[in-house]
Amino acid sequence: MKGQGRGLQAYALLYLLFLYAPIILLPLFAFNSGTIIAFPLQGFTTDWFSQMWANATLRTALANSLLIAVSAAVLATCLGIFAARASTRFEFPGKGGMMGFILLPMVLPEIIVAMSLLVVLLGAGVQLSILTVILGHVLICMPYAIAILSTAFSSLDKSLEEAAYDLGETRWSAFRLVTLPLVMPGIISSLLISFTISLDEFIIAFFLAGNQPTLPTYIFSQLRFPKQIPMIMALGTVLVALSIVLLALGEYFRRRGNARMGGNPTRGFL
Amino acid sequence: MTDDRKPMIECRGVHKHYGDYHALRGIDLTIRAGEFFSLLGPSGCGKTTLLRTIAGFEDISEGAILIDEKRMDEVPANKRPTNMVFQSYAIFPHLTVAQNVAFGLRRDPRGKAEKSALVDETLALVGLRGFGNRAAHALSGGQRQRVALARALILKPKVLLLDEPLSALDRKMREQMQVELIKLQRQVGITFVLVTHDQEEALVMSDRIAVMFEGEIAQLDGPEALYARPANRRVADFIGVMNFLPARIVAEQGGGATVEVPGLGMVDLPARQISRANPDDGGPTIGFRPETMTLLGAGATHSQPRETNATIDEVVYYGDMTYYDLRLDGAAAMDGKARPVRISMRNVFGRDVQEVGTRTRLAWSPGSLVLFR
Repeated sequence: MKGQGRGLQAYALLYLLFLYAPIILLPLFAFNSGTIIAFPLQGFTTDWFSQMWANATLRTALANSLLIAVSAAVLATCLGIFAARASTRFEFPGKGGMMGFILLPMVLPEIIVAMSLLVVLLGAGVQLSILTVILGHVLICMPYAIAILSTAFSSLDKSLEEAAYDLGETRWSAFRLVTLPLVMPGIISSLLISFTISLDEFIIAFFLAGNQPTLPTYIFSQLRFPKQIPMIMALGTVLVALSIVLLALGEYFRRRGNARMGGNPTRGFL
Repeated sequence: MTDDRKPMIECRGVHKHYGDYHALRGIDLTIRAGEFFSLLGPSGCGKTTLLRTIAGFEDISEGAILIDEKRMDEVPANKRPTNMVFQSYAIFPHLTVAQNVAFGLRRDPRGKAEKSALVDETLALVGLRGFGNRAAHALSGGQRQRVALARALILKPKVLLLDEPLSALDRKMREQMQVELIKLQRQVGITFVLVTHDQEEALVMSDRIAVMFEGEIAQLDGPEALYARPANRRVADFIGVMNFLPARIVAEQGGGATVEVPGLGMVDLPARQISRANPDDGGPTIGFRPETMTLLGAGATHSQPRETNATIDEVVYYGDMTYYDLRLDGAAAMDGKARPVRISMRNVFGRDVQEVGTRTRLAWSPGSLVLFR
């Protein structure tokens, strides 16, 4: 029995090492003064970070990516709210099929989505730009947004909104005063997930951005130049730190929301 | 019952269709001001649909609903003089008790201090004085129920609609809330319309009860009339326990009838003891309640006009009551079928519980029988 436990422990440890060791290497080399990514480490430096900040193309790519990710997150979440509310509150013909098609991009190969979008956009004569990337990202973020928001909406008692309406509110103010605050943790989760998906999405951005760089496409283009790799490591470090902060924030809001409604603060998504 | 009170709710030929499903089939109903009125029936009978059409949550397909003598056709739920207590209570979990109760006052022009005094007053009315700052999600079932009541009553509606408000509570709490609701209704004088599937609850609380089956009102009466003289066999079966024995009509005179009942013999029944049978009941039937017949101990005397011999088949002891399943002598004479009847006796001091297999006597009066034909 005891030996078996040891084996499982070792397995879990190896597994975690395999998952996270590459990520731990990021900050290690980002602060390493050597230009070659290899041990032993040379010395401590923050040059790569200042070099990164001084790089105008990178700054454009970052600005583009942030604009795309924020727009895609907000759009996907707004559309997700409509779809989730409709699918959890009302019965209408073709509901199952419709929801199925909206969720389909989750399992569709992204390269197929990207290629077909490109063909359609070019065929329609649409100029490739940041806008087209935003549209593509909304498409792939929607399934996740709807999955999260449907859970939030379906755990709500239908009578709550009716009660607010019965007490003299309008349909809209009943939604705003009762439903919206109660699904807010779901909305925040949806925004964060969509933002994260969009920020590091490569294929659609690569196909649809035209000549505009996004962070992932910029990183990919720089990998050809060994000189740039320490700077990419620095960029990676910043992104990892940012992700951790975002995740922690999301979890904080979700737990606070759960606790306020009397639920178990650790239950649920994420 | 004071019948001169003005009508508060009138339903005139109300029909409701959901696609092919005919949920309400011509409801005609008048509920008077200040009445405690119940809609009673099994699930799917349309009682909740009727309540929701009165509240304005559902449109009606045909007919009219009037509240306080005004037609409600074009009036949406948020403008109707009704408020609802939901089955799930629908307490807003992100608000405090006081915020929940004050929710309906949001559009009220009165000042903050005045509103908060009103909230305190209403909380005191439902027995929740000092609970204002509690988080709503931390309350027990009974307390949620009270918050839901306070939240609806603070708006001083003309009608309070209650959708199975006690079904989520345990038995003790339910019985306590039944009494409190009656007291509360008398205190505020608002018309209460209660939906329930629990016949006991309806009998305990209501001034009048409408029994509904399949979208129609089968009987509308006070609790005593409903219990003692059910309009048809289905109502009799739904409310309380009723024994049924086949009957043969021997003679009819002036609305009344003389019937022969196996085990009970020949009985004369006046017109007021005759109700409608359902078409599939298979002929005329005599019905009587378990407590209307008395099981006699050995040598006991009685003042009832009739006496019948019987054998005890089963004894079920409930503490305050004992139920006896009896075989009446001659009950099987007509066609050989055994027809056990159930008699209930209160366990008072000095009256022993009788044993299975005992030969015994039953005292009864034809006045407690109902003929369904």
